[in-house]
Amino acid sequence: MEMIKLTIDKKPVVVKPGTTILDAASSIGIKIPTLCHMKLHDMGIENKPGGCRVCVVEVEGRRNLAPACVTKAEEGMDINTHSMRAINARRTVTELILSDHPAECLTCAKSGECELQDLAQELGIREIHYEGEQSHYREDTSPAIIREMDKCILCRRCEMMCNEVQTVGVLSAVNRGFDAVVAPAFEMNLDHSACTYCGQCVAVCPTGALTEVDHTGAVIRALSDPSKTVIVQTAPAVRAALGEEFDLEAGTLVTGKMTAALRRLGFDYVFDTDFAADLTIMEEGTEFLDRLNRHLKGDKDVQLPILTSCCPAWVKFFEHQFPDMKDIPSTARSPQQMFGAIAKTYFADKINVKREDLVVVSIMPCVAKKYESAREEFATDGNPDVDFAITTRELASLIKLANLKFNSLPEEDFDQPLGESTGAGVIFGATGGVIEAAVRTAYEIQTGKSLEKVDFEQLRGLEGVREATVDVDGLELRIGIAHGLGNARKLLEDIRSGKSNFHAIEIMSCPGGCIGGGGQPYHHGDDSVIKKRFEAIYKEDAGKAIRKSHENPHIVKLYEEFLGKPMSDKAHHLLHTNYFDRSNKIES
Amino acid sequence: MADYKMHMLVCGGTGCRASESKKIRQNLDASIQANGLEDSVQVVETGCFGFCEKGPVVKILPDNTFYVQVRPEDADQIVAEHIVKGRQVKHLLYEDPTKQEVIADSKDMGFYKKQVRIALRNCGFIDPENIDEYISRDGYAALATCLGDMTPEQVIDTMKESGLRGRGGGGFPTGLKWQFTRNSVSEQKYVVCNADEGDPGAFMDRSILEGDPHSVLEAMAICGYAIGADTGLIYIRAEYPLAIDRLKVAIKQAREIGLLGNDIMGTGFNFDVELRYGAGAFVCGEETALIHSMEGLRGEPTFKPPFPAVEGYLKKPTNVNNVETLANVPVIINKGAEWFASIGTDKSKGTKVFALAGKINNVGLIEVPMGTTLREVIFDIGGGIKDGKKFKAVQTGGPSGGCLTEEHLDTPIDFDNLLSVGSMMGSGGMIVMDEDDCMVSVAKFYLEFTLDESCGKCTPCRIGNKRLYEILDKITQGKGTKEDLDRLRMLGNVIKDTSLCGLGQTSPNPILSTLDNFYDEYLAHVEDGRCPAGQCKALLQYKIIDDKCTGCTLCFRQCPVAAISGERKSPHFIDQSLCIKCGVCYEKCKFDAIEIV
Repeated sequence: MEMIKLTIDKKPVVVKPGTTILDAASSIGIKIPTLCHMKLHDMGIENKPGGCRVCVVEVEGRRNLAPACVTKAEEGMDINTHSMRAINARRTVTELILSDHPAECLTCAKSGECELQDLAQELGIREIHYEGEQSHYREDTSPAIIREMDKCILCRRCEMMCNEVQTVGVLSAVNRGFDAVVAPAFEMNLDHSACTYCGQCVAVCPTGALTEVDHTGAVIRALSDPSKTVIVQTAPAVRAALGEEFDLEAGTLVTGKMTAALRRLGFDYVFDTDFAADLTIMEEGTEFLDRLNRHLKGDKDVQLPILTSCCPAWVKFFEHQFPDMKDIPSTARSPQQMFGAIAKTYFADKINVKREDLVVVSIMPCVAKKYESAREEFATDGNPDVDFAITTRELASLIKLANLKFNSLPEEDFDQPLGESTGAGVIFGATGGVIEAAVRTAYEIQTGKSLEKVDFEQLRGLEGVREATVDVDGLELRIGIAHGLGNARKLLEDIRSGKSNFHAIEIMSCPGGCIGGGGQPYHHGDDSVIKKRFEAIYKEDAGKAIRKSHENPHIVKLYEEFLGKPMSDKAHHLLHTNYFDRSNKIES
Repeated sequence: MADYKMHMLVCGGTGCRASESKKIRQNLDASIQANGLEDSVQVVETGCFGFCEKGPVVKILPDNTFYVQVRPEDADQIVAEHIVKGRQVKHLLYEDPTKQEVIADSKDMGFYKKQVRIALRNCGFIDPENIDEYISRDGYAALATCLGDMTPEQVIDTMKESGLRGRGGGGFPTGLKWQFTRNSVSEQKYVVCNADEGDPGAFMDRSILEGDPHSVLEAMAICGYAIGADTGLIYIRAEYPLAIDRLKVAIKQAREIGLLGNDIMGTGFNFDVELRYGAGAFVCGEETALIHSMEGLRGEPTFKPPFPAVEGYLKKPTNVNNVETLANVPVIINKGAEWFASIGTDKSKGTKVFALAGKINNVGLIEVPMGTTLREVIFDIGGGIKDGKKFKAVQTGGPSGGCLTEEHLDTPIDFDNLLSVGSMMGSGGMIVMDEDDCMVSVAKFYLEFTLDESCGKCTPCRIGNKRLYEILDKITQGKGTKEDLDRLRMLGNVIKDTSLCGLGQTSPNPILSTLDNFYDEYLAHVEDGRCPAGQCKALLQYKIIDDKCTGCTLCFRQCPVAAISGERKSPHFIDQSLCIKCGVCYEKCKFDAIEIV
C-alpha cells in the first residue's frame, strides 16, 4: 500500500491512505481537541458530522481551516494544529457554543463529566466575547430519560446512536439554524415515541442535555423510613464498572466493596441480581427445551428460534417495531423483575414483612430498567415488584453522599438466600453471556450428562452479530447473538422473511451487552473501557465455585420450597409475562 | 415556424402571468379569429423576455415591435391597429426613462443591445410547451451529434475546452466535474440538475425551465452519455409550479418521440429524467444537502470529500449541475468549444445571466458576456438608478455576496474578479442600492436571510451568524460601540474560516464588504448615533420646523399614538418619548414643516 507522508506541527508522519488528520496527529502524540466526534473503534461506531468545528487546523495553502476529524491526510500536507489562526478559531467556536449554553455547570447533573466543560478548560476560555440570546426548549421527562435540550450542542451523537446503531429512529435534528435541536418527530415528548429507553443517547451525550431520571432521592427517603425494610439487588455488569467512578482502573471487579458500601448505605439485605439470573436460566432454559423438543418431534406450530427477553429496551423495541413477532421471545421476565417478584412474595413471607413495607431497589447498568420496573404488569395492587431502579452512576453518587471512602472498604459477601449465584448468572452482564448460561444448563438437562467444559468460547466476543453452533450430544444447536438493536433488527428481519435457521438468539440492546449499558460510568468514547469490563465479567465467572445455574443450591431450594418446578403455574404467574403490540400506541 | 406571416409572442413567464398574460393571449387569439386571421398570424406563449420591469410583454415578429405593460383589454387594439392596419400602438411602446424617447424595436433598446443570449437563447422566443419549436432552433441536434459522432471522452473534452464553469455559484469547471464522475466506476450513476434556485431576487433558473425546458433535458442526456448515466433527476423547488408543469410537458413530449427513454435515436443509449421536489430550503442548493434531501433525509450538507462525483445520490457517482450551466451545453456542442471560449474573459468563458433588482430602472433578467463591466450592466442595460437617485452600491452573488461601490463599477465581471474585490458571482443576483439605502441595514437584511436559511449543523453558522445579527441589530438600534465593529470583523472572519458549507463560508460577506467599503457609515451609527441614510428608525427623529408649521393640525389628527400636540394655527410639537417613528406626519404635512434629523 502506498503510504502518505505529511507534516504535522513540523513533525513528519506517515499514515495509511484514508487516515484523518485527527488520527494522523494522534499517532505522533498530538491531541487535537474535538467535541462532536466520537469513535468506538471495536464496535465500528463513529460519529463524525464535522459539525462542531472545534478540531479545525490550518493546512498550508488551503483557503479555509480544515476540520481534522473528517479531513483525510494527503501527501505533502503541511499542517499546523496550533497556529494563532487555528487557536483563535477553535476558541471562538467554543465561545459560541458556550454563548448558547446555560451557565449552570455547578448544579448540572453532568458537572465533572461534561466534555464541553473539559474543552472550555483545555482551551482556557475565561470570557465569552459573543453573548446573546440562548435557546430555550421545554424540558422533557420520561420514565427513564430527561431531555434538557437547552444544553444540547448539536453534536448529533445521540442521533447517530438512535438511528444508525440502534435503528430506533426516534431522535433526529428538527428545525433549522439557531432553532435546530435534536428531538423526536414533531418535537413530541420521548414517552410519546417509540423510544426504547436503551439510554445509548445518554451514554454518549457530551453535556447534560440527556441524563437519566434521578431516583437517588427516593432511595434515600426509603432508607431513612424506619417502617420499611429496604433490600437491594445488583446487576452483574455493575460490579465490573462501578470502580471507575472511584478512579479505579476500568475492569476492576469491586463486588465485595460494592456489597460493603450498600450495607453501609443502610440496606437491610444486600442481594444479587445474579441469583435471579440463575432463576431466569431455569425458566427460559426450560421454555427453550420445551419448544426445541416439540420442534424436534415435528410440531409445526412451535415458535423457533426462541429469543431472550432479559433486556427491557429490546422488549420495547420489538413491541414497537416487530409486534407481529411478539410470540417468539421467551415469556420469561428479566432477572430484575424475577427478583422483585420473588422478593415480594417468597422472601417477604420468609422475613414476615408485608409486601407494602418491603422496598426493592435495584442497581442496574441500564436506564431502561427504570421504565421496566414501572410497567403496569409488574405490580400487584399498584405496588411494584421493584420500587426503584437506579444506575451504576446513581449508586456511585449515593456512595459519595454517604461519605464512604469506597476504595478503603472491606470486601463483603452478599446476604442469603437471594445473594447466592453461579458464574452463569454473572456472565449475563456481557453480550453472549445469557445464551452461554442457558446452554450450560440446557445441555445438562437435555442430555442428562455433566458438561466437561463450561466455557463456550464460540459464543463470546464483541462482534455485533455472531453465529455459533453448540454440539449437544450430537444435536447441533444453532445460536445467534446480537448486541445493539440495529444488529438485532437484521436477525429479526431474517426471521420474518423465513431466512433464519437459528434455534435460539440472544439479544442485548447496548453495544457490548449490559457492560456497555446506558447507566454505566461514562466511557467518553474510549471503548477500551468496555473491553476491560467484558474481560472482568468472564474473570468473575471463572472464579466462581459453581458455574451452572441449575446447581445454585438456593435456586434448587426456591423450587423445592415455593415454586415447584420451572414453568409451574406459580412460576408462570410470578416469573413470566406477555408482550404488547405498541406499533400504533402512543405511550404516555 | 409554419407558414404564418406574423407571430405575436406573449410572455408566459411567472411574472407576466401574474399580470394576466394568459388572458392577454386568449384575447389576442379571440381577436385574431374574429378578424379571420388565424391562418396568417400565430399567437405564441413564450418563456420570459427578461424585461420584467415593464411586463406583461407582447412582441410582434417579424418587425420586432415590443409592447410593454400590456393589459388584456389592449388585445383588440393591437390586432386592429398593428396586425390589420400595420400601425404601431403608440401608447404601448417602451419609453426609455433616461432619454425620454420611445423605442419600438427591441433591438434598439438599451436593455437588449449589449446582451448576448446563449443560456436564454430560446426564452421569449419559442413556445416552451411545443417540442417542435425547440427542435426547429437546433434542438436535440447536439444530442444527436454526441450520440452519433462523438465518444463520451470527446464530449467531455469539448466541455473542458469550452471553459464552461458552474453557474450555480461555485464556478467549478464543468468538463472536469463530468470527467470525475466518468472516472468513478459504478453500474449506476446519476445526472442531477440543481434547480433549487434560492437567492432572493434571482430567477434565471426558473425562467430557463419555464421558457426553454428542453435545453436542460437535452443537456442532461448529453451529460448522461458523457459520464455513463441512464437516469437524470431534476431537483426543483415545489414553489416553481409553472416550471414544473412545463418540465412535465417537455419530458412527456421528449419521451413520445424517443428523445428520452430507451434506445435514444436508435443508438442504444438509454436516458430518462425524473423530477424531485424541494421544500424551499436555501441550503438544499448546496449539492450534498440537495442529495440528502432527494434521499429523504434532512437537507443538510456533509463534508466533502467524498464528492458527489464519487459518492452521491444513493451513494452512487452523481454529477450535479445547475440549470443555467446545463442550458449552455447544447450550444457548446453545436457551435464548438472554440466559439464558446472566444466569448468572455481569460478564465471565465461564455456569458452569465443576471437578475437585476433593487433601485434600478430596468428590473429583469439579462445575459451578458463575461467581462462586461458592472457599469455597463447597471447603467447601459439596467438603465441606471430609479428616480434619478445616486448609485451607492451593488450587491452581487446573492445573499452572501459582497456590496461593491462606485470604485468597483469598471470591474469586468467574472468569477475571479468579483472574488478579488470581496464579492462573488454566486448564481447571478444583482441588487442595486441608491443613496437612500443604509448599508448597515442592508447587511442586516442579508444576514437575516442566511440566519433563517442556515441548517444549523455547524456551530459557526448556527450560532455565529446569530451573534453577528444581534450585533448588527444593536448598531441599528443606536446601541452599538466601536468595539462591536471589531467584533463583527473578527467573528465574521472566523465564520468564513470554519463553516461547513458554502452558506456559512460566505454568509459574513455582506458585513465584511460593507465594513470595508462603508466604514464611515458604521462609525456614524456607533459614534454619532446617526444613520446617514435615514433608514434606521431608532436613530432618527421627526421634528417640526416652527417657522414652517401653520398649525393646520393635520399631523396632530393623523398621528396614531397621539405624540403630537399644539394649538390650532400655532406651531405643533412632537413628543419624542411617544413617537413610534411611523413617518405619517412627515408624509402628510403639506408645508414641508417636518424634518428628519
